[in-house]
Amino acid sequence: MKRAAAWAVLFLGIAYFVLPLIGMVEFSLSMKRGVYSFEAYRVVFADPRFRETFTYSVVMALLTIAFGIVLVVPTAFWVRLKMPGLRPYVEFVTLLPLVIPAIVTVFGYIRLYNTSSWLPMTGSIFGTNLLLMFGYATLSLPYMYRAVDTGLRAIDVPTLTEAAQSLGAGWVTILARVILPNVLVAVLSGAFVTFAIVMGEFTMAALLNRPAFGPYLQLMGANRAYEPFALATIAFLITWACMGLMQLVTRFSKHQGAR
Amino acid sequence: MSDTTDPVHSAHQTPPATGPSAVPVRARLNLNWLGIVPFALFVTLFLIAPTMKIVLGAFQRADGSFTFENIAGLFTPSILSSYWISIKISLASSFFGALIGFLMAAAMVLGGLPRAIRAPLMTFSGVASNFAGVPLAFAFLATLGPLGLVTVFLKTELGINLRMLGFNILSFWGLTITYLFFQIPLMILIVTPALDGLKREWREAADCLGASATQYWRMVALPILFPTILGTFALLFANAFGAVATAIALTGSSLNIVPIMLFAQIRGDVLGNPHLGYAMAFGMILITGLANVLYIVLRMRSERWLK
Repeated sequence: MKRAAAWAVLFLGIAYFVLPLIGMVEFSLSMKRGVYSFEAYRVVFADPRFRETFTYSVVMALLTIAFGIVLVVPTAFWVRLKMPGLRPYVEFVTLLPLVIPAIVTVFGYIRLYNTSSWLPMTGSIFGTNLLLMFGYATLSLPYMYRAVDTGLRAIDVPTLTEAAQSLGAGWVTILARVILPNVLVAVLSGAFVTFAIVMGEFTMAALLNRPAFGPYLQLMGANRAYEPFALATIAFLITWACMGLMQLVTRFSKHQGAR
Repeated sequence: MSDTTDPVHSAHQTPPATGPSAVPVRARLNLNWLGIVPFALFVTLFLIAPTMKIVLGAFQRADGSFTFENIAGLFTPSILSSYWISIKISLASSFFGALIGFLMAAAMVLGGLPRAIRAPLMTFSGVASNFAGVPLAFAFLATLGPLGLVTVFLKTELGINLRMLGFNILSFWGLTITYLFFQIPLMILIVTPALDGLKREWREAADCLGASATQYWRMVALPILFPTILGTFALLFANAFGAVATAIALTGSSLNIVPIMLFAQIRGDVLGNPHLGYAMAFGMILITGLANVLYIVLRMRSERWLK
């Protein structure tokens, strides 16, 4: 009786999650009347704007990941090693992007860094791209920082540092060749979340007027019948791949740790 | 998603880090703060300062003088109603998200289901809680929209016309049902560890004292889980309140909720007063901030029993 109820709840829940995905895929395959076809995908892939925005977002995601690593790894390392008293405060700050909605942050950017301000970042394309990347970096900060910090918890930071120092390593060598390889799994899992976030992000890119994948999706949704569903399916696959890879990497590391 | 066990860990790890062996006794000690300058600079410039700009701007006139006019300006019927709709959608989606998520997690943990379903369900929850935004809106349009999979099926096979029944995906309930797609998984992710923390002994002790299953849930399990459930509810509320992309992609501008109004205001100053936009954004921070504080406080309470 109890088990039957549990199955029923689970079944209903899964139906709720699966139906929209089926609906989405079904629509994306229905561009040709009466038969299933990949026509919508063909049209999407042939659209130069798809390639442009998709490439733009991939590049931005990779840059955001690189920037995030350079920003977060040394900071988390340094805080653990030298300033453990600051840890709760740093952690609190890294969680702020979960509290402050992205639309508010980007609103602040537009008002703070517009063409008539002291740092006119939105005045040039390069500056706006940079600003958008910083915005993405703040969005991914909670995930990146937590991942790296958890990774650092698993290793003996002071001993490793001392050992490297006694062998004559400088700070850059310690970070790049001792700490980073040891927290690589954590960094990777943070990187996959970052990738998923950036690929799907809409608000910041739209308000900063950059040609990213998210705003393109929204534009297609407003103007086309079948292509948006092909794009949504692609976006879902990207999210799925990122999260799947993250799980895989984490499981692999646990396996390794057990040996 | 603060991890309140951390202070314990850091307390354990503090001695080796501050002990004499870890830090060379050279003058470096005074320059330690230099190491977090890049991070502090980044966070100040691209997180704190923009937010402060909005908060301060909410209390300033165009010439920079202090005023409450902008805040007072929020209390016009159109803005108030947009806040009210936003709050209602957030409440409804976090209530049902918490309820359904709890039931699913309970079914998974306590329902005697095979353990093998657990890992896939948790992985899927991780994916679904991140699958928000524009694509999610499309998925629901394809399902419950006028020509959607479920809509058409109900109409042709069962003769139920959702439209005639007053259902519209571009409405309050449409948006709420769509938000549930990321709300339920988030609840599952957070409440599952809490359900795991319910000790078997508590159940056995209650059984020994002659408690029925209902009594056990009402008097033992739910009071213990209550802070977690309520805290997650608050988190889900903030999550829904700040969701912009899903709403815009789904409804365009047909539903006047706060994020959509703010988006239009940033794009083109539709309110006719830039500082009113600051005030609206400030109202958003205030509401999501309060919800998060509630979450953190309740989370700390729940740690007392679980773990």
